[in-house]
Amino acid sequence: MDVTKILDAKGLACPMPIVKTKKAMNDLNSGDVLEVQATDKGAKSDLAAWAKSGGHELLKDTEEDDVLKFWIKKG
Amino acid sequence: MPDKKKTTIVLFSGDYDKTMAAYIIANGAAAYDHEVTIFHTFWGLNALRKDNQVPVKKNLLEKMFGKMMPRGTDKMGLSKMNYLGMGPKMIKHVMKKHNALPLPQLVDMAQEQEVKLIACTMTMDLLGLQKEELLDEIEYAGVAAYIGDSEDGNITLFI
Repeated sequence: MDVTKILDAKGLACPMPIVKTKKAMNDLNSGDVLEVQATDKGAKSDLAAWAKSGGHELLKDTEEDDVLKFWIKKG
Repeated sequence: MPDKKKTTIVLFSGDYDKTMAAYIIANGAAAYDHEVTIFHTFWGLNALRKDNQVPVKKNLLEKMFGKMMPRGTDKMGLSKMNYLGMGPKMIKHVMKKHNALPLPQLVDMAQEQEVKLIACTMTMDLLGLQKEELLDEIEYAGVAAYIGDSEDGNITLFI
């Protein structure tokens, strides 16, 4: 997958992962893919809802060693 | 692009925990690209106070109010388990451990995200708070401004 940018939000608590994701997304163009890495357990629901509301596409998410990774395509 | 969605919050409480909830929701809504307004009234006004003492002219009652209320978010107590100020110390310790943003930084973040912070002027008068004592770059208004922001809003909360 072509990742345009990686955002490290590991260790951050609510609401920071979503605030940082929004900021990172602002710098991208439509079609770009942002990879978000987080450890907040709520991030999965948060990012899925946020992406849907903003018209972005959550392409894929994984969980390994307590690190959640998300790939979001900017809409 | 359609008009931005709106979130409005009335912050009535001056407790650390409730104020934290309000500011987390405000920051979350701002990240959702909402236009966000927090309308601070009564004890909620304390969230907007500068943490240093500002010399302004006050009568005795106003001075007493000023002394008895927390000067800024960091000095607020908890709504439950305050234990004469031990509660906030404990919660701040736990928050640090879990990397949660302390309340003063949540307020900074809200301002950075252009959340509109409004101080209710009527209750400012009641509590004897003056503009000089409150944060810069906030707005002053009454109920009509709040209703104006809320009437075509999508989320509104009273905390």
